[in-house]
Amino acid sequence: MSMLEISNLHATVVDKPILKGLSLTINAGEVHAIMGPNGAGKSTLGYTLGGRPGYEVTGGSVDFLGHDLLALEPHERAAAGLFLGFQYPVEIPGVSFVQFLREAANAQRKGRGQEPLSGGEFLKLAREKAGLLRMDMDMLKRPVNVGFSGGEKKRAEMVQMGILDPKLAILDETDSGLDIDALRICGEGINAIMRAPDKAVLLITHYQRLLDYVKPDFVHVLAGGRIVKSGGPELALALEEQGYEAVA
Amino acid sequence: MNVELTLPTRKDEDFRYSDIDALRTVWPVPREEIEVVAGLVESRQVIELGEGTVARHLDIRLGKGAKLDLRVLTAGPAYGRIAIDVRLAEGAGFTLGAAQIATGSETLEIVTEVTHAAPNATSRQVVRTVLAGHATGTYLGRVAVARGSDGTDAEQSVRAMLLDRTATANARPELEIYADDVKAAHGCAVGELDAMGLFYLMSRGLTPPQAKRLMLQAFIAEAFTGASGEAQLGQTALARLEAIL
Repeated sequence: MSMLEISNLHATVVDKPILKGLSLTINAGEVHAIMGPNGAGKSTLGYTLGGRPGYEVTGGSVDFLGHDLLALEPHERAAAGLFLGFQYPVEIPGVSFVQFLREAANAQRKGRGQEPLSGGEFLKLAREKAGLLRMDMDMLKRPVNVGFSGGEKKRAEMVQMGILDPKLAILDETDSGLDIDALRICGEGINAIMRAPDKAVLLITHYQRLLDYVKPDFVHVLAGGRIVKSGGPELALALEEQGYEAVA
Repeated sequence: MNVELTLPTRKDEDFRYSDIDALRTVWPVPREEIEVVAGLVESRQVIELGEGTVARHLDIRLGKGAKLDLRVLTAGPAYGRIAIDVRLAEGAGFTLGAAQIATGSETLEIVTEVTHAAPNATSRQVVRTVLAGHATGTYLGRVAVARGSDGTDAEQSVRAMLLDRTATANARPELEIYADDVKAAHGCAVGELDAMGLFYLMSRGLTPPQAKRLMLQAFIAEAFTGASGEAQLGQTALARLEAIL
């Protein structure tokens, strides 16, 4: 079943065209990796799908589980089952992770017509997902991302993903800034949370190394705002060896 | 007394942004004297949530080594003015944590004059203002350090958040220093809610009002950190924030 269908997507940022006719279909149960040189439009793709203000769609369409994704507000996209893992998770002083995530989880549940989680239910869920990412529960009582190292921020993104339990995760350079152990923990976390027949993952990455842990079914090369080449996992290895210019 | 003879005008620096017509209805503003005698530690709250016009003038004297923790929350008055004069004796300590929340065409102001009259006194002022609609929020704060008041430590942290481009924030932290060994810090910023922060919160499922409320709650909370009634003050402010979003 098709989960995400991007057709001929065009998007501009501050009047500059970045995505120029990008098409991609992701089915339930699949993991896709998008690789590409700097400035190719990888992060723009993530932000455009997430609905970040300022990322203007000038053409094309995106269907997400039967929703016209581009017509939805960011919080509606989340409630529909989309999760965007940020390359640079944002610090929010004064707002604790626990408070924010409980409100977020319950806002999503409300959007789906489900009963809210009680405080106890939420903490149990949060503890379980934090454990999966080997993150101390005390860290989730601190203000959102404030004083977290780069690796802690990325692990916290994965904890959030675990708690919010999305259908599709778009993970923008989750591997950047991670040391070797954190990379493995995040990779295993992604597999535990998202490897399921009714879920899918779109990994945006520069490097092969994350793909050693999260094995992609498909690898795409994004260059000049479009997918210029697609293949299996072997494509990522060829890119790592020979570079984008030679392969794509 | 003839009100018009003593009523300030906007040419008077301390009333530059005041709603003089509203002020006229309550003029003259009686001075409320607060004295904390040597060595004592006190805390007070000034909470003004009513509509209409409110003008208060606190006249505070802190004796040797005395400490006062004053928290102010103004949210609701069409015109609300809280003037605070403080005179610190040797080694005294004054903490002000103040929050103003306004919308519509409300005008709120906090005007302080903190005088370090003797050595080794400390003062710390934190003022947070949230403004929506066509509201005006003002902080005028003067810190005066008298000759010989060495070892003074004075801090002013003033921030205002504009939710609409039509709102106005005025901030004027002032220092007047006649002593040599003085530590005085002041920070002042007027801004809007961080767009990236809002998007981050919404990308996790919070509605736009929920995301704004969460960020503003944290912003306002800085004025109440460490207060004895911190949670209660935060709750009261939250109810008002929800009303203006």
